[in-house]
Parts: sequence; C-alpha cells; structure tokens
Amino acid sequence: MTENGDCCDYCAMISEFIDGELPPDLCALLEEHLASCDNCTIVLNTMKKTIELYREDEGIEDLPEGVKRRLFTTLSLSDYLPK
Amino acid sequence: MDKSKITETEISIDKLIAQDRDELARFVEVYSPRIYRLAMKILNNEQDAEDVLQETFIKAIHAISGFEGRSSLSTWLYRIATNEALMLLRRHSPGTVSIDTPAEEDEEDQEALQIVDWSNQPEVKLSAKEVRLQINEAVSRLPLGQREVFALREIEGLSVKETAEILNVSESVVKTRLLRARMRLRQVLNDYFIERQKREVTDD
Ligand SMILES: [Zn+2]
Repeated sequence: MTENGDCCDYCAMISEFIDGELPPDLCALLEEHLASCDNCTIVLNTMKKTIELYREDEGIEDLPEGVKRRLFTTLSLSDYLPK
Repeated sequence: MDKSKITETEISIDKLIAQDRDELARFVEVYSPRIYRLAMKILNNEQDAEDVLQETFIKAIHAISGFEGRSSLSTWLYRIATNEALMLLRRHSPGTVSIDTPAEEDEEDQEALQIVDWSNQPEVKLSAKEVRLQINEAVSRLPLGQREVFALREIEGLSVKETAEILNVSESVVKTRLLRARMRLRQVLNDYFIERQKREVTDD
C-alpha cells in the first residue's frame, strides 16, 4: 500500500465510514489501514472537514420576498401572503 | 430537521386532495424554501430556480390526487423538482445536458495528491466567507448528476435510498456520485488552503 493508486480504493470506504454506513468488517480493515497510512488519514480528516464546512449554515431560510410573492400569486394563493 | 418532520405530518393529504385552500397555502409555505434551495443548488441561477419552484408547485397541486403516500410528501416533491430542473436545463441547451461525469473529470480527481492536513488550521475558521465562495463555485462546476446527489443527500439530508428513488438510479450510482462530489470539493478546498499557505509564507 505504498502507492497512491492503491489508497484510492480506500476513498470510497472513507466516505461511507464518515456516514457511519461502512459494514463492521470493512471498518476494521479501514482502521487498520489508517493506522499505517498518513495519506488516507489526511483524506479522512479533510473530507470530514469539507463536509462540515458545506453543511454549515445551510439552514432553511425563508424564500426571498419577491420569489414568495410571485409563487403565491401564480398559485392563486396571494390572499395568504402577509399583508 | 426535526421541526420540518413535525410539520410534514401535520399537513393533511386528504385536505390537499380536496384542494382545501388553507391547507394548500400551508403546504406551499412549508415546502417552498426547501424546493427553492434544491433548485438553486442544482441550477445556480435565481431566475431558473424560481421557474422550477413555480412549476413544481403547479404540478404538485395538480397531481396531488395521484399521490399514494408510498414515499413521503417531501420525497415526492423533490422528485417533481429535480425533473423540472432537468427539463429546464434541456430546454436551455438541448443535446448538451449530460448527467454523467465527463471523462476528464475522473482523471482530474486523481491528480497529484498534496499531503497537507488543513482540517485543523485556524485559517479555516477565519476565512469562512471565502471558503463558502470556493465551495459554491466548485458545486456549480460539478457534473449535473453529482450536483443532484450533492443537493439531495448532503444539503437536504436525504438517505442514499431516498436519493436513489428520487433520481431513479441505483444506490450504488448515488454512492459513486456522492464520493466523486466529495472528493472533488475536498480537492478544491485542499488547493485553496495550500495556495493560501503559500501566500502567507511569501507575505512574511
Ligand atoms: Zn492509504
């Protein structure tokens, strides 16, 4: 496992591992590999961080006012818009 | 997310089918922000996202009597919205909308891995706004199929199974697209932070 090419096989496992969806036997295999591979450990850390970053402040915002007004009007529900 | 689940169960399908206006208004009120966000992520254009939003609810209200409750109401809506988005893209550029990864994209992902662990760098916190721009830019450049999976799974928080159902592809396709999208976005941030580090070194 000294070449990058081989490690790429672990990327898919790393992705599922982060989601907690990797089967236990593969988890063990991955953990064993991580213990001896800095490259994959960094992929794990930075992928986790990437996911964290793009999920951050993705809260549900209200629709922009004009968008909401036009939507309700199109659906003939404009009487439900706040006055 | 819990809050939206509660609201979902409060919407009465029967009343929607009866075209009860109070219920229709609530239905639109509850789901429209999510549908708009999804459309924005897939289309990256406000006017297009608004068109898809309107079409989605026109179709949904029209077709609600055919809703059989086999999937949740939101899954059903997401499916209508992703179809609308796809149709809009095809109308805008017939023949050029490809759902799959262009061949080069694969090779790009395998480009020289620079081994830097930036996940704990203080810069990540300091440059949140710039990081967000980088991410949005990168998402808009993902192939359509990956963008759809990204939006549904990562942003809307749906399961692999639900995402597969909505896009009418297998779960393994969802997983592959998700992995590619994640690897690509990770790579973009990787390059960004390495570049920043270089800049800071030369600035000193
Ligand atoms: Zn490795």
